[in-house]
Amino acid sequence: MFDPYFLLALLEGTVTAAILALTAVGLSLVFGVMRVVNVAHGEFLMLGAVVAWYVATFVPGPPLMTWAAALVIAPLVVGGVAALADRLVLRRLNYEAEGTIVATIGLMYILQQAVLTGFGPGARAVEPPFDWMIDTPWFGYSGYKLAVVGLAALVLGAVWLFMTRSRAGLVMRATQIDRDMARAFGINVDRVYALVFALGAGLAALAAVLLVPVQQAHYLMGHDPMLMAFTVVIIGGLGSVRGTLIAALLIGLSDGVISFYWSPLLAKILATLFVALVLVFRPQGLFGERA
Amino acid sequence: MNRALALHLIVVAALAAGIFLLPVYHATNLARIMVLAVFAMGYNLAFGYTGLLSLGHAMFFAAGMYAAGLGITLGGWPAGLALLAGPLAGGALALAAGALALRTAGVSFMIVTLMLAQAGYLTILYYTPITRGEEGFVLAQGLRRIGAFDLSQDLNRGLFALGLFTAGLLLSLALVRARFGRIMVAMRENEERSRMLGYNPFTVKLAVMGISGAYAGAAGAAYALLFGSVGASFGAIAFSILPLLWVLLGGAGTTLGPLLGAGLMFYLTDIASSYTSAHQFVVGAALLVLVLFAPRGILGALRERGLKWLP
Amino acid sequence: MAAVTLLEARGLQRHFGGIPAVDGVDLTLRAGEIHALIGPNGAGKTTLVSLLSGRITPQAGRILFAGEDITALPAHRRVAKGIAYTFQITSIYPRLTVFDNVALALRDSRDLPRAVGAALARTGLQALAGETAGELSYGHQRLLELTMGLALKPRLLILDEPTQGLANEDIAGFKALVRSLVPETTVLLIEHNMEVVMDLADRITVLNFGRSLASGTPAEVRANADVQAAYLGGDDAEA
Repeated sequence: MFDPYFLLALLEGTVTAAILALTAVGLSLVFGVMRVVNVAHGEFLMLGAVVAWYVATFVPGPPLMTWAAALVIAPLVVGGVAALADRLVLRRLNYEAEGTIVATIGLMYILQQAVLTGFGPGARAVEPPFDWMIDTPWFGYSGYKLAVVGLAALVLGAVWLFMTRSRAGLVMRATQIDRDMARAFGINVDRVYALVFALGAGLAALAAVLLVPVQQAHYLMGHDPMLMAFTVVIIGGLGSVRGTLIAALLIGLSDGVISFYWSPLLAKILATLFVALVLVFRPQGLFGERA
Repeated sequence: MNRALALHLIVVAALAAGIFLLPVYHATNLARIMVLAVFAMGYNLAFGYTGLLSLGHAMFFAAGMYAAGLGITLGGWPAGLALLAGPLAGGALALAAGALALRTAGVSFMIVTLMLAQAGYLTILYYTPITRGEEGFVLAQGLRRIGAFDLSQDLNRGLFALGLFTAGLLLSLALVRARFGRIMVAMRENEERSRMLGYNPFTVKLAVMGISGAYAGAAGAAYALLFGSVGASFGAIAFSILPLLWVLLGGAGTTLGPLLGAGLMFYLTDIASSYTSAHQFVVGAALLVLVLFAPRGILGALRERGLKWLP
Repeated sequence: MAAVTLLEARGLQRHFGGIPAVDGVDLTLRAGEIHALIGPNGAGKTTLVSLLSGRITPQAGRILFAGEDITALPAHRRVAKGIAYTFQITSIYPRLTVFDNVALALRDSRDLPRAVGAALARTGLQALAGETAGELSYGHQRLLELTMGLALKPRLLILDEPTQGLANEDIAGFKALVRSLVPETTVLLIEHNMEVVMDLADRITVLNFGRSLASGTPAEVRANADVQAAYLGGDDAEA
């Protein structure tokens, strides 16, 4: 029996997976290269959404133009904030694991408060850049959402090419494998770290620009994506980009389906417990190789 | 050695004087600080002394709070029994969570505790018809009395908080001075060496988790009965971060640090919120400043600068 | 003298990523002897004593200690049975005092000041009890590590390259100390310094490529042709 609602649930799940993959790849990259668990990652996404709202509101032009502008401006602004945080905070802590977690928790509160003060407590919508519906025999579906999936795939492909083919990507991977060795070969590790942290945050901001026409900008919107991204990164295997992508698809789809038929809260409880169990019993993730 | 005990008794005497002499507003704050300090002392045993950086202690506080609150409203328990249920619930949950989380270490331990606590928080929300979710519920005044001792009355509230705090403080002082306290520190300082001295790191750390969770549960139950409110927000991530902040501020691995940190942070946010609404900013900035410039906290710094006898 | 066997290992095997580090080694320790374990770098000495102390588990083989099978016991239980291990790379509690370091090694916590003082007196560190362990000189840290091993009152003390980095005058003191331990304590010694080995050891086991090449008195081992070829007179002789 074909259930059209199942198709709808799958579609919604795919959109979630696309956003999640972008967010989680940023987190995974930062953890993989820098060994930093960035608790403020969700706030970078939130910040990206807020910047997108400002761009959409104050830059004149049709929605498609302002949205395209936000796609460029938001990652740059948020990446800049992240590079600054790396320079002023993380580097001073010498990237020591526990200290950086505490520090990024502090950063999380500060970013939330800054946005609450500047942007206000309300949720604000951004108009979708275009507005066509795809008709199926059973329901109409937003063409923008499908575009989100396509764009996310494009960006992820670019990230993959960047990491595997470009010189900068090579330098990052070398630093990931052995920081001291990389330094001995004349790589400026400080700059690599700042760049990676900015890149990770920029990806979250990019996800936010894609997300914000569907879900409004709000100062607390980073919380759930942060936890979801952690879920994905852990299940995919900490620091493994390929595992992260597979896990994003898996979690996104199952989240879509479970919350469609059962309670979204129950889906979250199960996912959270599952993550804890994976970390305890299979720390290399479901798709990672045992180190 | 007895300098330390004298100092602790002086602190308790000063708190007692505060309860009797301070105006009601500040006396109530003091009671709240003492209950939160019990939570922080439990956290300090795990984080400060044993090196277990948990990001999930809110779940143990909430366990105690809901065990007491629901025990009273659903089970019809007397307040005394509800108060006893607090540490039992917190300790038992901490043992279960520890049995899982302690198979990992470092960053993984932090994330596992975070995720377990988040699952606990979502479970509270899932059962909103019973727990009343974020909104929470109020324990009526008549339910909050042990015999004739009305816990909702200002002076009684202060005295009960003081009693709980004093018991917690002296217990933690005795614990860290005992052989077990030295073993806790040994786990924090060099786990492999400790194993090769014949200690089982898993059981030591599990025991500490249990004790730490019992402290949190006792504080949760006391909070419910003294202040009458029970709610899901006490199980949220933010409420796991706060004891970390208090302990870092007062001095991790010092017996009086939790009280100092909880008290300072309480008044810092209180003062800050009378000027701006930016109380989150204070929390965030305090975390950053501490971790960057004063990782040993106030009492830790004092101990380093000459007061070596501070326990 | 009828030799009583304290520890017996049979067919111990441990591979790391397919490379055999210990490949079917037998070892017998007699109660009260000083037994030296020698061999070129990478011969599997540290892996072997890690198997004996329980820091890693063997993939095959059995270990009997005082007649009891301890192969499956975790490290901390073996310490309780009387096997103490001192690390090759000094492992103390650098931020704690010398007193606390030693106190942690003592089983019996009654009259701690006296017991710690007595333990420190054996190695001559009693004057340093109040110091922070991490601020001691390297030689003193090695001695502290040894003090902690002794404070466990072990039946078997495993010393992993104890004289590494010690000055010559300290080595003389160390030798006297080890001699004073037997026969109450059995000593298994990994050592590169041949002079120390020949001076102290009652018996020697030579490891090479994860296998036991020879075992016997210093004179027997010195006379063994295989040992001479592989180790003592070979190309990769130790300095």
